[in-house]
Amino acid sequence: MSTRRRLLGRLGRWLTTAVLLAGGIVMIFPLLWLVSTSFRPAAELNLVPPRLLPINPTLANYGKVFATAPMLLYLWNSLVFSVVSTVFILLTSTTAGYVFAKFRFVGNNLLFMLVLATAIVPFEIYMVPLFLQMKSLGLVNTPLGLVLPYLVLSYGIFFMRQNTITSVPDELLDAARIDGMSEGGIMLRLVPRLLAPALSALAIFAFLQAWTAFIWPLLILNDPKYFPMELGLSQFANSFAVDFGVTTAGAVIAILPTLIGFVLLRRRIVEGITLTGLKG
Amino acid sequence: MTTLAASFRRVSPRTRSRYIFVFIVLAPVMALFIYLRVWPTVQTLLMSFFDWQLISPAKEFRGLDNYVDLLGDRNFRLAFFNTTLFAFATTFFSVAIALVLAALLARAIRGRVGAAIELLYFAPVLLPMVPVTLGWRWIFDYQHGILNAALGVFGIGRQAWLTDTNMALVSVIILSVWKQIGYNLIIFLVGIRAIPRMYHEAAAVDGASGWQQFRRVTLPLLAPVTLFVIVITTITSYNVFTQVYVLASDVQGSPGQLVRVLVYDIFENGFRFFNMGYAAAEGVYLFVIVLVLTIIQFRFLRSPE
Repeated sequence: MSTRRRLLGRLGRWLTTAVLLAGGIVMIFPLLWLVSTSFRPAAELNLVPPRLLPINPTLANYGKVFATAPMLLYLWNSLVFSVVSTVFILLTSTTAGYVFAKFRFVGNNLLFMLVLATAIVPFEIYMVPLFLQMKSLGLVNTPLGLVLPYLVLSYGIFFMRQNTITSVPDELLDAARIDGMSEGGIMLRLVPRLLAPALSALAIFAFLQAWTAFIWPLLILNDPKYFPMELGLSQFANSFAVDFGVTTAGAVIAILPTLIGFVLLRRRIVEGITLTGLKG
Repeated sequence: MTTLAASFRRVSPRTRSRYIFVFIVLAPVMALFIYLRVWPTVQTLLMSFFDWQLISPAKEFRGLDNYVDLLGDRNFRLAFFNTTLFAFATTFFSVAIALVLAALLARAIRGRVGAAIELLYFAPVLLPMVPVTLGWRWIFDYQHGILNAALGVFGIGRQAWLTDTNMALVSVIILSVWKQIGYNLIIFLVGIRAIPRMYHEAAAVDGASGWQQFRRVTLPLLAPVTLFVIVITTITSYNVFTQVYVLASDVQGSPGQLVRVLVYDIFENGFRFFNMGYAAAEGVYLFVIVLVLTIIQFRFLRSPE
């Protein structure tokens, strides 16, 4: 009886695994199909029935992409944009979060509530006046105009304040003060060391947010030499709307760095997402 | 009369240096913050009461006219309807599928195989939206897309996924559900793994089947997590833009024309017609929706079980 039950249990587990695995393959199929299409010569795009792999794989599509669009420049622009944004968000969130968490001063609660209140307002709602502000500063179509709104993150300040409260004991701060450490030194050297997991989660979030930004670059930039990857690719694809070999090759180039980053950092990324509870 | 400076001089030097430190740290951050977040938000509200054209210098006060006009605006109504349908469908399917997957994953598989399968589902979450949307555009293609080919095997005729307005909405939903499942799955898994094993063991001892355990143990204990996932997905979905912009081009190739959503409509009113007061009022409507959802979340998550 009990052996039979155990056998059934094991069978059920195998079956569930098989079903989940099949579902997982369906989930990454669009990605595999994208890669497979990008290596097809034009004649193989309309095979009936479609074949999973190209018969005569070719790099011609990639050649066409590089000949018509500066994809590497777009990726480089995205990288610079994302790194600058991440560094500033980490800096502003850690310092402001720490001060909100550990210092009592008039207006602490009020200012923090202000930060919290704006955290629930999505970017899409205030993008029109934000654009007008950038315009009055003469920052339309400049890299600075692109990155400026990405220097602070309300949720980041909230997140670092929470983490400072839970992971930075007052006794340690007092001990550091008695040892003669300056307030600035405590904030910039001691506290970040205690907040390493939170910082890495926030860094991943901030980086992905800039890396995948679309609507703001679309509004603020019109010179392709400043385009980040998502915007550059979408404009490129518009001009090649019907040539799927070329558009998929462009898409593969755009995805590749993310995919490599994902494979290298997958555990950290998943942890980061569960820690921040935020979407990448 | 005591001036602020005088009262400041009276406090201990220690407190004074603390205050100076707080000021030095917070002032630049808050300045950026107020300029880049608070002021634009306030401006949205102010502009929504004006006839605020980008080019004309005179901004005429219109009171609530923008809001009233929007209610009668065919484009806005269509955008509101489409976005709401999109948000509900995307949320429903992505949450339901993720919940079932999480329950199965948590029950059946541990260790490396489980982690590997998790990653398969999670991968779409991180991939940038534009390239994957291009991939889906090819899958949905009427003539040579693999989806129509696959449907043909089952004797189902070709669907105009990207050219028919209703089907285009369905296509955007399919793509968005696919992109969202992994995120919801990860959050559900954290929630399920936080449920103490003894609850399930006790239910198993009482002879509860897998389904009964899910129904009577997992689901009730997971309710706060489920609410969180539903609200987050709904809010994200109401702000949909990129995938619509790239996927739903009309026949002339104008991006985003085929499925009008709220953010697209704001974008068009503000940056194509330069009618910025009108676009701002539309933004306020969108904000009200997001606010209601946020309040629902806070109310229920705070109430003791």
